[in-house]
Amino acid sequence: MTQLFFLLVALAGLGTFTWIIVRRVQPLLHAAPDPRFNDIPRRIQLVLKLWLAQWRQPRYLLAGVLHIVVFFGFLILAARSTELVILGIVPDFSLHLGRWYDITKEIAGLAVLAAVVILAIRRAFFRPARYTGHTTEALLVLGMIATLMVSELVYSRTGSLAAYTIHDITFFTFLCFLPMGKHFHVITSLFNVFFMRLRPGNVKPVKYGVTDLDSLPSLGVKKFEDFTWKHILDFYSCADCGRCSDRCPANRVKRPLSPRNISIKCREAAFAQYPIVGVRQAPSPVVGAGQGQAGAPVLHEDEIWSCTTCGACEEECPIGIEYIDKIVDLRRGMVDDGLVPQSLQKPMSALEKRGNPWGKLEKNRAAWAAKMDVKLVEKGETAETLYFVDSMTSYDDRMQKIAQATARVLAKASVDFAVIGKDEKDSGHDVRRFGEEMLFEALKEQNAEAIRSSEAKKIVVSDPHALNALRNDYDGMPPVQHISEVIAENVNKLTFKPLDSAKTYTYHDPCYLGRHNNTYDAPRTAIDCIPGLKRVEMKGNCRDRSFCCGGGGLMLFYEPEEEQRMGVVRVRQAADAGADVIVTACPFCLTNIEDAIKVAGLEGKMEAIDLVELVDQQT
Amino acid sequence: MEILVCVKRVPDSAENEISVSSDGRDIKREDLVYSVNEWDNYAVEEAIQIVEREGGNVTVVSIGDAGAEEIVRREMAMGANQGVLITDPAFEGSDGLGTAKVLKAAANRAKYDLILTGAQADDGAGQVGGMLAALLDWPYASLVNRIERKDDATLRIGREIEGGNQEINDIDTPCVLSIQTGINEPRYVGIRGIRKVASLEVPVLDSAALGVNDAGAAAAKVRRVDYFVPELGAGAEMLEGSTEELADKVVGLLKAKGAIK
Repeated sequence: MTQLFFLLVALAGLGTFTWIIVRRVQPLLHAAPDPRFNDIPRRIQLVLKLWLAQWRQPRYLLAGVLHIVVFFGFLILAARSTELVILGIVPDFSLHLGRWYDITKEIAGLAVLAAVVILAIRRAFFRPARYTGHTTEALLVLGMIATLMVSELVYSRTGSLAAYTIHDITFFTFLCFLPMGKHFHVITSLFNVFFMRLRPGNVKPVKYGVTDLDSLPSLGVKKFEDFTWKHILDFYSCADCGRCSDRCPANRVKRPLSPRNISIKCREAAFAQYPIVGVRQAPSPVVGAGQGQAGAPVLHEDEIWSCTTCGACEEECPIGIEYIDKIVDLRRGMVDDGLVPQSLQKPMSALEKRGNPWGKLEKNRAAWAAKMDVKLVEKGETAETLYFVDSMTSYDDRMQKIAQATARVLAKASVDFAVIGKDEKDSGHDVRRFGEEMLFEALKEQNAEAIRSSEAKKIVVSDPHALNALRNDYDGMPPVQHISEVIAENVNKLTFKPLDSAKTYTYHDPCYLGRHNNTYDAPRTAIDCIPGLKRVEMKGNCRDRSFCCGGGGLMLFYEPEEEQRMGVVRVRQAADAGADVIVTACPFCLTNIEDAIKVAGLEGKMEAIDLVELVDQQT
Repeated sequence: MEILVCVKRVPDSAENEISVSSDGRDIKREDLVYSVNEWDNYAVEEAIQIVEREGGNVTVVSIGDAGAEEIVRREMAMGANQGVLITDPAFEGSDGLGTAKVLKAAANRAKYDLILTGAQADDGAGQVGGMLAALLDWPYASLVNRIERKDDATLRIGREIEGGNQEINDIDTPCVLSIQTGINEPRYVGIRGIRKVASLEVPVLDSAALGVNDAGAAAAKVRRVDYFVPELGAGAEMLEGSTEELADKVVGLLKAKGAIK
């Protein structure tokens, strides 16, 4: 009789679970294509590292360690749970797991129980700021886990039918509850990591498999099914841990953006539109101006424009959820519908007509080199290396000094180089990331043609945005290096003068040099070559945890709602680290940081300099 | 509602470095790029929004050389239903009155309920809207920053008054309104939008088609005789001090001059 009962419990539990999963898969089947079966060895490697070894969890130490305990406890207890479920139906069933397993699972059960108690206390009483909601849900799940652990321990010792029944029913309730919210990640994270983004820096194409954009009736994400299936899997997988938002510079300065909330709002929209029971609901628009009322868009325009694409969120997510591609796809949808903030329309129009966002004359693009001995492709000169300057460094009065310093440092390192001149256009890096794919394509084609006809074998840039565009967005370019890499490779050819200053220096990692292109050491190597220079790190906010200066490219023109500038936060981090000078390696970082020094009232106490300017001074 | 919007192709100061030519009669034009006059772009957006609310059609018309077709298409990509290009060497050098006469002829080719112009052009004198209304014998309101429907034959409009004050008027249709920037947020038009309307026909009209013989340089009664950038005069006060001191001084000056209270 009890066997029949437990058979029915198991059938009902598994049946319900299967039904829920089938329903949850529906949006993925209606979503945009996304080929993610390439490079399987790398994907398996990521699963072993991020999923099995929980690689990113200890970045938040206490939560991370507790999660690891629960995660491994679950893995260990999975066999015992399977055994238990069958045992209720088939008397005396055993998986013959052995004595060592019994000891291991006892320890695992107790460890999980202890971790769950600590997690519950932490959730209820010492909640970190990054946990903004879902406390009831979290406590309910912790309660279920504790019940599973205790009932298993009791049953194993006493053979109590009541304990078994509680375990059996809790087990299936827990299983069916997982896909209802943030604990879906228990099931999906393995897949989410396996299918995660492999190519950093790059942005997904508008639509996989489509090269002729004119043939598409609509660009970007406008309705829910315009997201790719992987992006919807991301929404399902978000554990609401809030690490992305905790590291998000836009969130820190109170711009209306929290990456975690994008996942959660979109997950809720998916659940509402594709309910477990009943017919598909009419979709809400994905992005737009209104918020709050029924039928309002899921996401707000300002939320989507607030992102600097710095990548801090993706670097932090323990299970490989991606945001930049979604943000770019959402922007593509808005651009296609003409919903572009007024502050961005003029620079976009000037980029279309003049190839730079200020509408400056093409013939003045290399004006910074007027009094220098620099080869110009526009004059028919050629060289093995091409210095691609990009708009900011070509035209901005202050940033032209970076171009001049770069030219001098290249000469000191005996690099034979040329500059394109008037036929160089903006790299389009941020045009693309602001969703104007057609304009990006136009700029890319013009630059690719100019670069090809220059016959250069290598490219050097001083702007990490140009680096990322030429290396990761363009196809078939010669190898591209950032000037910091060139300096680090050529330190033997450069004679460094000792620094005659007692100031303390710190290095600010530009997002598109560090996180997106994994270049952390070359700039530090270059700085450390200067005798007598004292360098400190902004601990906790350096390397892959660098804090964005405020963003480059079109972000310079965007007028966000924010409580303070990201640059000000960054400058204070440098001051807290004991630095007097911030060295960076990006013209946008330098602009934002120099402005922020003024805004923070630190003029005279803090200064900023580009790496290449510093090296030029000291060689 | 049938709406005609008059648009002009101008060298946009945001996309050009404007300087005066050596003979002092014009700006240097060799390196210029052109776009639609900013005020006109707001007028087209407003017309599109009215039609989205009430139904009807938006027609854009531009007088210029063949290059002006580019901006007619851009406004069609925004959502204008039709475009008309008026081009004739005989119209070159028209003064404001000449331009208004040509536009009047264009307006009379169909039955419009409303004509919108920009309040002014980057390179203009802010006179065409009013003259066009007078030639048509229609009512006219300038510097309009709000348009609502009051009843079948009346619009309720807001006008921006010097000092940022607001005035509300009722105006009978058909009428001419000159549109101030800021009335709306014009939608973005990119390369893709323009490509979508590339195959649409834009009819081209000349003086014969319009029956206008009294426009152009010969008929102009206002003639430009000089063009220069004013010399930087004395009177500019350079503030000095730290950022905070500078901010305090600027606030003090703005208060003293009545700009802020």
